[in-house]
Amino acid sequence: MSTPSHVAAHVHAPPQGFLRKYIFSTDHKVIGIQYYLLALVAVFVGLVLSLLMRWKLAWPNDPVPWFGDGPMLPEQYLALVTMHGTIMVFFVLTTAPQSGFGNYFLPIQIGAADMAFPVINMLSFWTTFVSFLVMVAAFFVAGGAPISGWTGYAPLSAVGEIAGPGLGLGQTLWIVSIAIFCAASLMGALNFIATTIDLRARGLSLMRMPLTVWAWFITAILALLAFGVLLAAGLLLLLDRVAGTSFFVPGGLVFTDKPVPHQGGSPLLWQHLFWFFGHPEVYIAILPSMGMASHLLSTFSRKPIFGYRAMVYAMGAIGFLGFCVWGHHMFASGMSPYSAMAFSVLTMSIGVPSAIKTFNWIGTLWGGQIRFTTAMLFAIGFVSLFVTGGLSGLFLAQPPVDQPLHDTYFVVAHFHLIMGVAAIFGIFGATYYWFPKMFGRFLNEGLGKLHFWITFAGVYLIFVPMHLMGFFGQPRRYAEGTAVQFLSAMQGPQQFITVAALVTGAAQLIFLFNFLWSLKWGRKAEAINPWRSTSLEWTIPSPPPHDNFGGRQPVVYHGPYEYSVPGAPEDFIPQDAPPRTAPATGD
Amino acid sequence: MPTKNRCAGSTTTAFILAFFLIVFTLVTVYLFVSKTWWFPETITPIGHEIDAQTRRTLWLTGIVFVLSQLGLAWVVWRYRNRGERAHYSHGNNTLEVLWTLATALAFIGLGVLAQFTWAKIHLAEPEPDAVVIEVLGEQFAWNFRYPGPDGKFGRTRTELINSGAGNPFGIDRSDPAAADDIIVPILNIPVNRPIELRLRSKDVIHSFFVRELRLKQDAVPGLEIPLRFVAERTGDFELVCTELCGMGHQRMRAPFSVKTAAEYEQWLRDELALLQSNP
Repeated sequence: MSTPSHVAAHVHAPPQGFLRKYIFSTDHKVIGIQYYLLALVAVFVGLVLSLLMRWKLAWPNDPVPWFGDGPMLPEQYLALVTMHGTIMVFFVLTTAPQSGFGNYFLPIQIGAADMAFPVINMLSFWTTFVSFLVMVAAFFVAGGAPISGWTGYAPLSAVGEIAGPGLGLGQTLWIVSIAIFCAASLMGALNFIATTIDLRARGLSLMRMPLTVWAWFITAILALLAFGVLLAAGLLLLLDRVAGTSFFVPGGLVFTDKPVPHQGGSPLLWQHLFWFFGHPEVYIAILPSMGMASHLLSTFSRKPIFGYRAMVYAMGAIGFLGFCVWGHHMFASGMSPYSAMAFSVLTMSIGVPSAIKTFNWIGTLWGGQIRFTTAMLFAIGFVSLFVTGGLSGLFLAQPPVDQPLHDTYFVVAHFHLIMGVAAIFGIFGATYYWFPKMFGRFLNEGLGKLHFWITFAGVYLIFVPMHLMGFFGQPRRYAEGTAVQFLSAMQGPQQFITVAALVTGAAQLIFLFNFLWSLKWGRKAEAINPWRSTSLEWTIPSPPPHDNFGGRQPVVYHGPYEYSVPGAPEDFIPQDAPPRTAPATGD
Repeated sequence: MPTKNRCAGSTTTAFILAFFLIVFTLVTVYLFVSKTWWFPETITPIGHEIDAQTRRTLWLTGIVFVLSQLGLAWVVWRYRNRGERAHYSHGNNTLEVLWTLATALAFIGLGVLAQFTWAKIHLAEPEPDAVVIEVLGEQFAWNFRYPGPDGKFGRTRTELINSGAGNPFGIDRSDPAAADDIIVPILNIPVNRPIELRLRSKDVIHSFFVRELRLKQDAVPGLEIPLRFVAERTGDFELVCTELCGMGHQRMRAPFSVKTAAEYEQWLRDELALLQSNP
């Protein structure tokens, strides 16, 4: 066997010692698990924050657990709003599907022994970890966590404590944490791109890559282009706060009769920079789940993916258009009405590749032999959620229709379904599917299905009423509806949603228990390929050895979704199975 | 995976999943058709146009929603595992082209249509005889300034801003044009007359939203943003803030009334008399 020199550089002996093996590891699999566990911690923190918010909204005058004897204060509620959004977007939706699963499975699915730059990979995880610590620290400093929302709009976020509690040190830590996170994401993105381009196994042409790999690859490109902009914006905001610059603060501002010494900045500039990152970020969160759902739908319906090329082009189109639509967050901002027109029509266009993907997913199931594993249930749930959450985007994409709905619960329902819940269903599906490969044991299917049913019904009970509340005019980011008269009619629905959220939140403990219990006592994954899948990770032991393929150079002969091929002995053909008619030679 | 063992469970799961999707779809459609919670009737001509475009969007998305969810329910039920071999197919290019063109036409067509309504909101020529009112947002109140009988807004200076002393605008009363400027915490407008609000903010971003107007516009510090409309019905409504502006965001509201011409003129005269008796 001849070994190309660029691969040889990455063949390394397994590290010895606990620290090198599990903590400061350069093994992409360990790093993937580290990212996943960080996201797991973060998602439960974010979940608890949201339940506390829900409690306050349902019973505004009652004491809230851990918030003392009196009712929760509005500024405490807004701190929860900020931290829930920030933790979920950055440390869960960006971290688990891309950095977690992508790190673990991208190199294996392309037949590589590791990432292109293992040390940078380790560095990007630990940088992310530091970023998380800095973010959480914002809770514990004087004044508490910032109250300016995950979007951190200036001047509220730029002028310091004079604008409100939490806007002092808490806000500064928030910005520092985001900047560190950006640096980490840039390192990760470079690594994913280089790995995908350089380290693919022989025979693995681009159009033979699993859709998961395509999704991680496109997401990495988005991350590379988006996080650089957020990093710059964050540094400018930091300078406005600590160095007296005025990038985002105009002159003549007066807070409670005290002028602030700024002049010449633009609040809209922050919004443009933030959403130039923020909209692609939505796709950074959802694209990997699109890839994982595609992978699962094909595997468990035992059918090739319907329209593989269309799926790849659609992801590419979504990625490209994702950078051309940020202005649709700003239809009410005072931006030029002409810009709004361009952003609007471009945003409506992004519905087209999204619809293509939906039709192709249903087309994949069409004519299949569906196996309702827990992983598959979450993938099917993903499709349903993607449709529901995507269609509400068509309202918000049209400036006149957006006018009454902007910044109401309709928006909250829309983005939670599409970028929150749908993305998390992709993560759950992937977890049930890959857990046996990662840990050598299965998750419990019975508990998994219970978890699926409560979660699937629960999220619709939570978020469908929110659309209607938006159509009633319920503004988002209100700590209570007691001051505005027309909002008294919303108290009933608020309580209904809170009960649904508490039940759905509790059901996540089933998942947590299943995860921890199965690590030690789950049914052993004896077979290398229990789901009878085609991709390369199912050709190696569970869990895989340090260098994945044991020094072997896998060669790929087939596309990624060759299921139920007529005449084939099995109902799947692994990607590396040598063709029967023309045996592989020269390897 | 042992294929045979899974067939029995497949039927039950497929049935429950399909049933769930159907029930979810019907309930959701019912909630939107019955308008369980919905905006009150609009009081502006532009509001009727916004509602019409919203209705068109509801129809299009409703059809796609029902077809997709029921389609998903159907394939889940019809193609459950029956221990057979799945149909081997990599797709269908004709279908791909067909649904790409259909959705492009429908979505982009709807989007282009929306721009005509948008143009009426923001690109119409200002009416020369419009009632001009300044709206100033601050943490956490709305302030309104009427130019008074001279029709001119007086000079303002940042250093004079003092909300505690009733001067949130920083009006320089030494300017003759400022002498009759009326400052109030409530927004009153006359019915059936073009209105031009000029939105400003003295601290952070706020957002002007009245459900019955269907209009929403941020008040951005450093900018003066016009918002033009005509109210065609009298009544008492509520103005709220819809941009996160700090700890008091949820209590930043103001009464908003559309009055008959006579009521409006009388109210202005009363306010002016109050100002002149207590300058």
